[in-house]
Amino acid sequence: MAADTTTIPARQQRSAFWRGMRDCGPFMFVAGPFGMLFGVVATEAGLDLLQVMGFSVVVIAGAAQFAALQLMLDDAPTVIVILSAIAVNLRMAMYSASLAPHLGPAPFWQRILVGYMNVDQTYAVSVLKYEAEPEMSLPQKASYFFGTCVPIVPVWYTTTLIGALLGQSIPTDWGLQFAVPVTFIALVAPALRTPAHIAAAAASILLALAFSGLPYNLGLMPAGIGAMIVGAEVERRIGAR
Amino acid sequence: MNNGLANWSSAEIWFIIAALGVATFAIRLSFLGLIGNRELPEWLLRHLRYTPVAILPALVTPLVVWPDAPDTSLSPPHLAGAVAAMAVGYWRKSPIWAVVAGMATFLLVQALT
Repeated sequence: MAADTTTIPARQQRSAFWRGMRDCGPFMFVAGPFGMLFGVVATEAGLDLLQVMGFSVVVIAGAAQFAALQLMLDDAPTVIVILSAIAVNLRMAMYSASLAPHLGPAPFWQRILVGYMNVDQTYAVSVLKYEAEPEMSLPQKASYFFGTCVPIVPVWYTTTLIGALLGQSIPTDWGLQFAVPVTFIALVAPALRTPAHIAAAAASILLALAFSGLPYNLGLMPAGIGAMIVGAEVERRIGAR
Repeated sequence: MNNGLANWSSAEIWFIIAALGVATFAIRLSFLGLIGNRELPEWLLRHLRYTPVAILPALVTPLVVWPDAPDTSLSPPHLAGAVAAMAVGYWRKSPIWAVVAGMATFLLVQALT
């Protein structure tokens, strides 16, 4: 005790960082194969090593990277390639808004870093933790978020690189196509804690089916917003949280 | 994959990477960067609480129901894997067991069909 000169908040912050790392750890087994798949597919499509890495480091958004690559292979106009990939990423605006009540007061440089690393897994693991433990302090919340990034961001870069180097020597059908959907389901299912959460998820599925005819994944936004309204309305009526 | 990206110049490819990088970062920072300490109204917070359970299923549904789009045939491994992941995730409240159950079911049904 006397030997330990670190302050209590500093220790709590460090432990939040480790918990974030541990809680998000299993998702590297999803981010990893997905990154490798992008490396392989993009290299096979004809991007050079630097361009493949450029996508993963600069854009750092798997689904949007695949969407852009697919449209480039289809020789779509440049503006359509860019707008479609942006549409795939518009959900991140919701993530940003949903993190704001928790991390909004953090120093700006921290919010810049959070912005860069605000991807599906780090966002979902963090926000579900904040909801489960509302007593967390701001520094703990920020540390927790950065902890969740450790098993995702470096893994994303390195597995893209491995995929790009292996290139055509590995087959792309190893059940990897199911890695993305299964991760998202795994993140959502344990979060269905109240009737309002279940109603929102059910509305989300039904609306996504209803809007599936829209091109370039544009149905995602109306389905997501509609489902948020359903969840909020059910909560308002039955008072569940 | 037809003739690949032969029709794209290096400059065009880098332009797309840069544009997507800037736009994606701006989207991710948006609310988080602008709001700071300001309090958000209760009705907005109530909607935002449902963001993950509202957006992620909408993202997943087409990937599970029509995995081979634009081909619209259903894929039994995808549907079975999704149901298994959902059920186990809800029951055990654990993302890890949900991934394990979903992946195992997917691979099993794929091997059987």
